[in-house]
Amino acid sequence: MQVNIVINGQEVTEEIEPRMLLVHFIRDQAGLTGTHWGCDTSNCGTCVVLIDGEPVKSCTTLAAMTSGHQVTTVEGMEVDGVLDPVQEGFMQCHGLQCGFCTPGMMLTARALLDQNPDPSEHEIREAISGQICRCTGYSSIVRSIRWAAENGTPVSLEGASS
Amino acid sequence: MTAVEETPAEEGERPIGYGRLLRKEDPRLIRGMGNFVDDIQLPGMLHLAILRSPVAHARIANIDTSAAQAHPKVVAVITGADLAEQGLAWMPTLSNDVQSVLATDKVRFQHQEVAFVVAEDRYSARDALELIDVEYDMLPVISDVRSALDADAPVIRDDLEGKADNHIFDWETGDEASTNEVFERADVVVSEEIIYPRVHPAPMETCACVAQVERVSGQLTLWSTTQAPHAHRTVYALVAGLPEHKIRIIAPDIGGGFGGKVPIYPGYVCAIVASLVIGKPVKWTEDRTENLVSTGFARDYIMKGEIAATSDGKILAVRTNVLADHGAFNGVASPIKYPAGFFGVFTGSYDLEAAHCKMTAVYTNKAPGGVAYACSFRITEAVYLIERIVDCLAFELDMDPAELRLKNFIKPEQFPYETKTGWVYDSGDYEPAMRKAMDMAGYAQLREEQAEKRERGELMGIGISFFTEAVGAGPRKDMDILGLGMADGCELRVHPTGKAIVRLSVKTQGQGHETTFAQIVAEELGIPPEDIDVIHGDTDNTPFGLGTYGSRSTPVSGAAAALVARKVRDKAQIIASGMLEASVADLEWVKGSFHVAGDPSKSVTIQDIAMRAHGAGDLPDGIEGGLEAQICYNPTNLTYPFGAYICVVDIDPATAEVKVRRFIAVDDCGTQINPMIIEGQVHGGLADGVGMALMEMIAFDEDGNCLSASLMDYLIPTSLECPDWETGHTVTPSPHHPIGAKGIGESATVGSPPAVVNAVVDALKPFGIRHADMPLTPSRVWETMQGNHTAPI
Ligand code: FES
Ligand code: FES
Repeated sequence: MQVNIVINGQEVTEEIEPRMLLVHFIRDQAGLTGTHWGCDTSNCGTCVVLIDGEPVKSCTTLAAMTSGHQVTTVEGMEVDGVLDPVQEGFMQCHGLQCGFCTPGMMLTARALLDQNPDPSEHEIREAISGQICRCTGYSSIVRSIRWAAENGTPVSLEGASS
Repeated sequence: MTAVEETPAEEGERPIGYGRLLRKEDPRLIRGMGNFVDDIQLPGMLHLAILRSPVAHARIANIDTSAAQAHPKVVAVITGADLAEQGLAWMPTLSNDVQSVLATDKVRFQHQEVAFVVAEDRYSARDALELIDVEYDMLPVISDVRSALDADAPVIRDDLEGKADNHIFDWETGDEASTNEVFERADVVVSEEIIYPRVHPAPMETCACVAQVERVSGQLTLWSTTQAPHAHRTVYALVAGLPEHKIRIIAPDIGGGFGGKVPIYPGYVCAIVASLVIGKPVKWTEDRTENLVSTGFARDYIMKGEIAATSDGKILAVRTNVLADHGAFNGVASPIKYPAGFFGVFTGSYDLEAAHCKMTAVYTNKAPGGVAYACSFRITEAVYLIERIVDCLAFELDMDPAELRLKNFIKPEQFPYETKTGWVYDSGDYEPAMRKAMDMAGYAQLREEQAEKRERGELMGIGISFFTEAVGAGPRKDMDILGLGMADGCELRVHPTGKAIVRLSVKTQGQGHETTFAQIVAEELGIPPEDIDVIHGDTDNTPFGLGTYGSRSTPVSGAAAALVARKVRDKAQIIASGMLEASVADLEWVKGSFHVAGDPSKSVTIQDIAMRAHGAGDLPDGIEGGLEAQICYNPTNLTYPFGAYICVVDIDPATAEVKVRRFIAVDDCGTQINPMIIEGQVHGGLADGVGMALMEMIAFDEDGNCLSASLMDYLIPTSLECPDWETGHTVTPSPHHPIGAKGIGESATVGSPPAVVNAVVDALKPFGIRHADMPLTPSRVWETMQGNHTAPI
């Protein structure tokens, strides 16, 4: 079947098997390998992308279901050479080590800040609780997201995908 | 040496090298521009998937691959019999055992590799697995390690000539007679069976590789999730009979390792074989179930611990008897003379009169392995044993566990301290670290709060752990893996404009080597870290060395980096003497430049010297052009970091759920290179410890079925189970490391589980509980509260 997905503002049209998962579409068809895959059971969240601004586990989504929707991946966070404050925060606060969970964590953070620009530590922990980081023990991720809340001029990702 | 409060890297004091520096690896990773193995796409690349056994012990009666072969997108289906024809059905493990690549005679654990399919895409490769028909003749299973040596136990490893039982090795350390003598005269003896269940590293990135064999040159390039590229290259050369110079191992960005990416797994070998046979690049990426059920597990020790003391709390001796479950193939990755890893440091941080350990290791029908998951070669188990049994002693003596520890610490003036099992601790100052943790925690107030809560029937626990690690394997006279000495190479080249590259044998999986090693060279040479590129993870472009595990990168390769920089500096000094027309001895080195003693105006920078070294002008007699050096560093001893941890938990009396309220960690890893990275390493390890103590366990049923085959069943802490870590440090440099640094990567994983368990057991003190085994899940804590605690294995 044919699907047409707008990823980071670019239309990607491909002939695929109906069963193809969005994570594989993004990685293998669109060649955007910043979105990762880490489990078979929707537990890890390394695959999180935004669909129309909402964080979604792309391993649990069929590419076909996303046809006609706007997908934002980590590659779409930097706009015109300017980093999203969330990306800056992760660098400033050592929010990543191996970097494997990072794209998913940052996109969830972006969606959280879009809805709640000044989240408490607990709200941040709730927001990322569907994702696993095996390296950082989470404190620095929480700090990174707080850094973005405190230092970031909100960046509209709409801009990235229009 | 004594502990001092500050790191020697105070800002302003040393602007060039050490200190908090943002990581050089982050800009690519936060843009999604890392390069992990599964990201690699090569033209014509095929996909490999592995068929695994559904049962734990069975003879393979027949394999029918015809339907899979007929699948239109399948390129090849290979079984153990096919590999056996090439002599590739078995491979060596890192501990001189053998492991089957694909089963030929029988399967020995559930999910063992039986056949593989190579297809045009990943989905078709998986589809074709379903078309392979295997007939199994079932055999009795050993899933209970305690029955592995029974007379009627089925022999798992009948492939080994003359093998008539499931015994792997017996190992002993310390002195039995003197230990028994001390136990006989001790006022108090406490015994407890202490279990460290099987757990799994479970890095977020599973194992993967892409193998590409070029037909004409015979060159094999393997992009691989490996923590030890050079060691792997040698093993592949031995297994496949390929010449080493025709093998290039590239470990690109690695999504966490924690020891799980030290061994060579059958999947890597299968991909190499497939590429050899088919002549195209082949990718293998494990799914999460495969990762949890078949790759290197950790722990799996049943330890009978005993401690002897005087009635006023002077610890005299410790002894232990350990039964070690190594699974179906012995895949231990410790130095070969240390079959139990560094478990010999089970005497902990205490000054004892005697110690003794006896261990027996056995085969069972479980996944192979034996050392992985940030354990510093079994020190995790050793520290858990001593820190748990010391708490049992405190319970019996009705003594405060902090006070008991303080009373028995090795004293600063006793370092270097030789333990009763022969380990020479290089440096330590334990009491200040312990006191600092107690201050940070507000220990006395916490005890008061606990007393009040107990009055009200609330369950609050305070757990302490004080650990000494032994990291940086290791001196080549004692330590090798498969005959490969554990010394590390390092190469440094300074370019004409004063920019540098340093090439390492170790390989980061998230530890930040690209930053830390640039800082080490910067500190020694005065070249800013941003002008220093760190090259690693590519055997064609880096010197030989054994890789990153056991917290060895800073102790071994960090020393190599410092010394290679000093070697370059020595040459630079000679060149500078020519430039300044002064004798070498008259030159002084200050932060990146040499000047004539007494005349700071006559000076040249390292950048000036680099240009002169490559330039057209004359150089001093006998000095070649260029400014580079290489070294192979052989450590004289391990380094012994230590730390004091305090955990505070609350247990819901109605649900038995444990909540970690606070966790205070004071670590001492000697000289600190980048405190931000060190703190990150500690945080990650603390989360691991909470996971192991409260939820993680690879469990099996009696038929050998793995019950923890997904992240729904193998629980890993999320942000909600982890508190906001409170960290601190002391600094006691290593006397033998060139910059005084010790390893830090695993300290928290080693030190934190006993703190959490001790806290839970402390909370359950009103129930008269002295010990409870991990994982302390709500159901297990509930049973313990009811007086029905059971061993997890
Ligand atoms: S890959 Fe694990 S949740 Fe999507
Ligand atoms: S940074 Fe490695 S899993 Fe989060």
